[in-house]
Amino acid sequence: MRIEARSHHPRGLILFAPVVAILAALAVSGALIALTGVSVMEAYAQILAGALGTRLAVTETLTRATPLILTGLAAAVAFRARLWNIGGEGQFFIGAIAVAAVGAELTAGLPAALAIPVLLVVGAAGGMVLMVTALGLRLRFNVDEVVTTLLLNFVAILFVSMMIEGPLRDPMAFGWPQSVPVADNAALPRLIERTRLHAGLLIAVLLAVAVYLLQARTVFGMRSRAAGHNARAAGFAGVPLARTLVMVACLSGGLAGLAGAVQVLGVRGYVTTDLSPGFGYAGIVIAMLANLNPLGVIAAAVFAAVMFIGADGMSRAVGIPSYIADVTVALSLLTMLVALFFTQYRIRR
Amino acid sequence: MDALWILASTGLWDAVLRIATPLIFGTLGALLCERAGVLNLGIEGIMTFGAMIGWLTVFSGGGLWTGLLVAALCGALFGLLHAGLTVPLGLSQHVTGLGITLFASALSYYIFRLVVPLEASPPTIAAFRPIEIPLVAEIPFLGEVLASQTAPTYLALALVAVMGWVLFRTPLGLAIRMTGENPHAAEAQGVNPLILRTACVMAGSALMGVGGAFLTMSAFNSFFPTMVQGRGWICIALVVFASWRPGWALFGAVLFAAFDAYQLRLQSALENAVPYQLFLMAPYLAAIGALALMARKARVPQALMRPYRRGER
Repeated sequence: MRIEARSHHPRGLILFAPVVAILAALAVSGALIALTGVSVMEAYAQILAGALGTRLAVTETLTRATPLILTGLAAAVAFRARLWNIGGEGQFFIGAIAVAAVGAELTAGLPAALAIPVLLVVGAAGGMVLMVTALGLRLRFNVDEVVTTLLLNFVAILFVSMMIEGPLRDPMAFGWPQSVPVADNAALPRLIERTRLHAGLLIAVLLAVAVYLLQARTVFGMRSRAAGHNARAAGFAGVPLARTLVMVACLSGGLAGLAGAVQVLGVRGYVTTDLSPGFGYAGIVIAMLANLNPLGVIAAAVFAAVMFIGADGMSRAVGIPSYIADVTVALSLLTMLVALFFTQYRIRR
Repeated sequence: MDALWILASTGLWDAVLRIATPLIFGTLGALLCERAGVLNLGIEGIMTFGAMIGWLTVFSGGGLWTGLLVAALCGALFGLLHAGLTVPLGLSQHVTGLGITLFASALSYYIFRLVVPLEASPPTIAAFRPIEIPLVAEIPFLGEVLASQTAPTYLALALVAVMGWVLFRTPLGLAIRMTGENPHAAEAQGVNPLILRTACVMAGSALMGVGGAFLTMSAFNSFFPTMVQGRGWICIALVVFASWRPGWALFGAVLFAAFDAYQLRLQSALENAVPYQLFLMAPYLAAIGALALMARKARVPQALMRPYRRGER
């Protein structure tokens, strides 16, 4: 038995891979549910009902998908250039706290049409700074950015904690550690009345399309893909590797920071250390499920959001811990890796 | 002056060994995987699972050593999963490892919540107790420091010597290092790189599981989510700092633990003059700083993260 590279990669097979991966992940999670004695079909039906059963549920799922699309894009653009940005979580928090710092008073007097774009840029810049720092350490000291971005996640969350218990503490929060609220003028408009769905979803989807066009149609996109496929060959062909990586790092960190900004401006209005239940880490899974395709990220983010929102309702109904959603999402990363492998290779006897 | 007095207290060095123990296990585990050519970023999740399953074994009536053994076995199983995907299939070791971490952590929390459904304070177990060694207790400073250490700490210290001996003084160690440097040459010598890599990843992951179990079975006596707190990532950094040598891994882990224990004491000595988060950040920043200092000098195993396929260059 040996492994053999496929001579051509059928497009259908690549589109099919995430479906197989998700089904396989659901099957394994199903076994974990079955072990507790709860009916698997009942549990999955509850997840679907909780995430998509009512109009309100659908809007909640899309609200959850919004930051996930952005962190998914952040991972996808970086991984495409083989820049291992695992720091989406930290960049999310730095983006969020930057928005709280500027949005509480500095932009409070501005009209919404000005305040919102300014704060979105501020959030993106926050994430950028953190990612470019990690890339700088790689370029200057040869430090693997996987480890630095992972470690910086902890530093970033502690920094946020320091800010919301210190200079940015909300004095009106009855002693709870939370940041000063962003002024109302910068709240993202609701897409549907009496739901939490906000314009951040449109921003995320538009950015997915923009990133897709950037990668498919521009010199920068070509260079970042070349750097990912074969950095040495790209270097010989005249691709400015360091400059391309810096741009990729800005884009990736910026998208993750923007996710934090959007979550503050669209949903929460202020920052706490539990603002993100792991959006940054989930973004990595989403990027892989999408096979690093920016448009696929939208679909993958909705899948993850369905699992997370649905599992909360399911947990209340049948008593299975909602962590089963995290198990399924994490498993789908591993099964997707295997599925992708079989689009590239086949096993011959 | 107080800040300097802390350094001379036995309390500090007693804490240093306690903080260093899980790092020693984890760093040795990661080091073994990487010496054979496989980066194992599953470490954070495997430590989390080890912490949970070790605690759970004792909580449901098992012995302490049984708990450590179960944690090691579960670690080895996650190692088998990581090796199965990265060694014969040659999948990205970065992404697979992260997948293992996400999966193992989520599974730990899931199982923990099944057993302890309520949000109430986590149930405790009777953890490892310090062991008394008759003569050592008489030594002035060292005796006091060692008096409060538990058996797994001694196990960790012994493992450093064993790992150094195996890697650098036995044919097996030579084969492991050769597989990490040049698997083609290893295969030409009759070594099967695929089997050896798989075995090393499993053994290394077992050590990571034990390192995690130390947290719930000796350092603390209960499990709570996110308790591993990036210790796995710090181990990955320590391997680079140690330049893939077990003795230096011990030195790095103790140095790092000393730094961590010192900041904890300095924090209480300074009494809120400085935000406590700055102290908590320090270990992570120190790990990054150590990497920046050492990364260029470190001798990376040449085939690290390069999948091996027969007949392919």
